Amino acid sequence: MDSAYLIETIIKVVVILLVFSALAGIGTYFERKVLAFMQRRLGPMNVGPFGLLQVGADGIKLFTKEDIIPTNVVGPIFKIAPVITAATAFMAAAAIPFLPAFTLFGYEVHPIVADINIGILYVLGVMAVGLFGPLLGGMASANKFSLLSAARAAAVFISYEVVTGLAILAPIMMVGSLSLIDFNNYQIENGWILWSQPVAFVLFWIAAFAETGRTPFHLIANDHEIIDGFGTEYSGMRWGLFFIGEYANMFFISFVIPILFLGGFGDGSVLGAFALLGKMAFFFFFFLWTRAAWPDVRPDQLMWLCWKVLMPVAVINVVITGLVMMF
Amino acid sequence: MFEAVAFYLFAFLTIAMFYITVTTAQALYALTALAAGMIFISAFFFILGADFLGAVQIIVYTGAVMALYAFGMMFFDTTRDVKEKNGNKFIVVSLATLAAVMIVAIFMAPIVSTNMQAFYPAIEGIGNTQMVGVVLFTKYLIPFEVAAVMLLVAMVAGIVLAGKKMDLSLTKMSAAQIKEIEDKDKKVLS
Repeated sequence: MDSAYLIETIIKVVVILLVFSALAGIGTYFERKVLAFMQRRLGPMNVGPFGLLQVGADGIKLFTKEDIIPTNVVGPIFKIAPVITAATAFMAAAAIPFLPAFTLFGYEVHPIVADINIGILYVLGVMAVGLFGPLLGGMASANKFSLLSAARAAAVFISYEVVTGLAILAPIMMVGSLSLIDFNNYQIENGWILWSQPVAFVLFWIAAFAETGRTPFHLIANDHEIIDGFGTEYSGMRWGLFFIGEYANMFFISFVIPILFLGGFGDGSVLGAFALLGKMAFFFFFFLWTRAAWPDVRPDQLMWLCWKVLMPVAVINVVITGLVMMF
Repeated sequence: MFEAVAFYLFAFLTIAMFYITVTTAQALYALTALAAGMIFISAFFFILGADFLGAVQIIVYTGAVMALYAFGMMFFDTTRDVKEKNGNKFIVVSLATLAAVMIVAIFMAPIVSTNMQAFYPAIEGIGNTQMVGVVLFTKYLIPFEVAAVMLLVAMVAGIVLAGKKMDLSLTKMSAAQIKEIEDKDKKVLS
């Protein structure tokens, strides 16, 4: 392992951390503006032109607010829970190819931290660990509503993971590899996987909402209890870390879906790179669109949906894919 | 060098986590340390180049420990210490020490006598996902299938135990009996 590789990796890690932490902040601005537009409001307008500096104002607020650790909470776990959410979200990003390889000052850069040959398993596995954050935060809070929220987090977790795994299995069988780069290269030759695996695409997309805890499945922080679920007892930057983790997860899953199903960055041209960013933007926008358009489902409805509808459909999809590939 | 640093770091972290799991009296600490320890173990697979097993370790054990959390939530107030019933400490300590020494001896014996060989050495250019698949479906096909059947039996048993009216068979009942049961259900619901 030479030092050039080490320096390159550290630079990549820092760039990804900075870019996506900033994007998480800007994502909240977009979310508020999009929701406001869909509900015929103005959204943030007062701070800066079109409320653009609202992101900075929120950041200052989160960083400078007093960090309160209430009595009766289980201290160490209460403190570490937000870190788990944020850290695992960024750890998952290590295996995602954000852009095609490009040459910068005569040096070839691969915008992926570690091209491991089990990329998709790693990304999904580490993202799943992120749900430990809300679970631990809720259980350590010594607050009944937080505990209920943690119970819902466990319910969401054991429901969606089966669907994600089985939905992604059929495309994996076709590609014959778990590496996201291989997925991209397969789609250059054979066209988008979306056309051959539409069922798997829809299932994975639905499961992505559960994975990030976004609105139809926003059970971990139940909005209609008016409080913030697992985050009720949190304040300041600890709550902000939950937030950064959630938005970073949304961005990363918005990268993973196009790479898996919609051709990724294609043959690696500049056009392909911008196409990937465009697709990512669409999927991120869709998260916000759904939040404006749909109510939350109940936890039992989510479990019914995952176990009795989506899982059988995913299994049938895998069997049919296997039969088609065999004959 | 990086492998050595990573190995000692994760070895320390893993042992510390499992130590907490065993010694603490609070369910939340024990479960969290267990989850952390299981996830840290995956680092050893990554260091050894067995990426597939590493990722599987993370996925399987997050799910398994999550189920444990669900039970912990139902049975304990996880934020308070559990009153443990400690029997004869001498017997516990001596048996645990004996078991630990024996396990270390069993695993160290082939290493000490340098008699350890890989049955299926890694082949250059083939990913370890493919190699795991090949070994599972050739050499270890029978244990693999037996494990699958056992899991199926466990699943069926779980459904029968948890489901309602699993002792009745609709095909063996007459139409009148089925109607009677349905009417009873309606009364309960309304």
